[in-house]
Amino acid sequence: MADHLVEAVNVTKAFGHHEVLKGIDLTVDRGEVVCLLGPSGSGKTTFLRLINQMETLTGGRIRVDGELIGFKEVKGRLHVRRDADIARQRARIGMVFQRFNLFPHKTALQNVIEAPITVRRKSRAAATAQARTLLETVGLADRADYYPAQLSGGQQQRVAIARALAMEPELMLFDEPTSALDPELVGEVLTAMRDLAAHGMTMIVVTHEMTFAREVADRVVFMDDGVVVEAGAPDEVLLHPQEERTRTFLRRVRQDAEQELEAARALETLEELGELSDPPGASGPEPGEDPERRRVH
Amino acid sequence: MTAGPAGEPTSTRSAERPGRIEAVGVRHYGRWVAVAVIVVLVAMFVNMIIFNPVFNWPFVFEVMNQAPVIQGLFVGTLLVTVLTMIVGIAFGVLLAVMRLSDNPILRGVSWVYTWVFRSIPRIVLLTFMGAAMGLIFPKGIALGVPFDWKIIEALGLRGDWRFATFDANTLFGGFLGAIIGLGASEAAYMAEIARAGILSVDKGQREAALALGMKSPLAMRRIVLPQAMRVIVPPTGNETIAMMKDTSLLIVLGSFTSELFYQVGAIANRTYQIVPSYLAAVLYYLIVTSIMMVGQAWLERHFGRGFGARSTRAQARAALAAGAGH
Repeated sequence: MADHLVEAVNVTKAFGHHEVLKGIDLTVDRGEVVCLLGPSGSGKTTFLRLINQMETLTGGRIRVDGELIGFKEVKGRLHVRRDADIARQRARIGMVFQRFNLFPHKTALQNVIEAPITVRRKSRAAATAQARTLLETVGLADRADYYPAQLSGGQQQRVAIARALAMEPELMLFDEPTSALDPELVGEVLTAMRDLAAHGMTMIVVTHEMTFAREVADRVVFMDDGVVVEAGAPDEVLLHPQEERTRTFLRRVRQDAEQELEAARALETLEELGELSDPPGASGPEPGEDPERRRVH
Repeated sequence: MTAGPAGEPTSTRSAERPGRIEAVGVRHYGRWVAVAVIVVLVAMFVNMIIFNPVFNWPFVFEVMNQAPVIQGLFVGTLLVTVLTMIVGIAFGVLLAVMRLSDNPILRGVSWVYTWVFRSIPRIVLLTFMGAAMGLIFPKGIALGVPFDWKIIEALGLRGDWRFATFDANTLFGGFLGAIIGLGASEAAYMAEIARAGILSVDKGQREAALALGMKSPLAMRRIVLPQAMRVIVPPTGNETIAMMKDTSLLIVLGSFTSELFYQVGAIANRTYQIVPSYLAAVLYYLIVTSIMMVGQAWLERHFGRGFGARSTRAQARAALAAGAGH
């Protein structure tokens, strides 16, 4: 049991009468990378947020490193943990958000050193040295003094990863880290996450990136409608799904990908056509209109 | 390329191919009329302030140079503005944080405070403080054990349990009263401004701070409030300017005389030079407001950092260093 870093037993969560999670059992071992897949609204993100106490659970138990999250058990009764205690538990868990949530009034470097200084009480010099190393590992050493607004989405997300790592967490949670990114920026973030996994970080990743899940995850968990439908090795779940719901989901993902590919091809074709029809003097333009001028606007 | 460059008449086609545009603009007759009216009005105004003997300009500058007037400007107008705004902002931010907290008691206290102090006009509040506090607390205000006389009576003892007693009139009728009254009133308005500022910060900012292990007050102080400042500063500049002008209300406090409006009023009453005396105050208020507007612009720039795509000094240094390295 000691090997389980995260242990969730019969976790339920309801917002009012709306039950989002209906009894999730999940264990994550040290150094393991687990990808949570599933259609939107299936409860993946909610489950992730419960681990870091961004929401409080309605039922069940979550333990991280053997310690109960959010509550304390005293003489058989559960007591809600105090704010300081919750903050201490959160400090050991890194979280990366879909919308980055970098602090816009601080530079990349200041974003990274903030919590080590104010929470861990590190000296500014030590925190800065550590932050520079971290920014270098995510490939942003030269962007240390830029404000988030001056960075691309991919760069912002990599700073956010460095910021979370600066607390030296034993567990990293990723909440759809590439969903808000332009397609051409997804790769750089996934590379940073791949490196992290290769270094043995325990990671729980909510994602729609099937390729990443297949290549990096030790285990894939497919969720739908608040329950775990299927879990196992990536190739098993993604290539030989046993459950109908998993198959439907994967089929839809594949269709979407094909459509995207189709759209990309169509775009390419259009561009080629555009190049063909562009040359002046061709039959195209209306009389009195100058193709040169038109292109300017 | 079959077509020649634009504007170069080559062949017969130049007649049908339009060149550079030289069009007649729209005539704004309304503006011309407005300018004429304004010119006449300004001329009338300038004529009045130069040739109307009531505008005794040398006397205006003499009033502005009087020691009590200058002292009134610095103490009663400027110092009181600074101190009341410090009290108002600090207390107002505290009230806003209370109002937004999970604690229902803090929320309630904050709401009641804002409700009461926003309801009382400042001139009424200050008049009340100057005139009524001495009547309400004829024996002064003491620091000590509440209901001490009851407890002492019940225990059959003598004496009192009071450590220090202050006279209500000195406490509320003078300089301190000015700070207390205007500061208390300002806090209610600042609370609403600060609340709007805090609410304007994206929820994800607080979440990110908490996820890093920051406690709620730390996240508020380090992450949320600095970002809220961007929204808080412009209306606070307005409040400061309004407060500067509201120090003229201190005239009703009774015993507080070291204030600009009171001093020019005194000169006006003594000399019957009504217009130039009050004009001196008007000019001072204009000057101070102008200086405050400059300060506000600077603050807005400071708290807006990270929200524009402008490069920073640190980056300029980094760029220089990088350039030197190559």
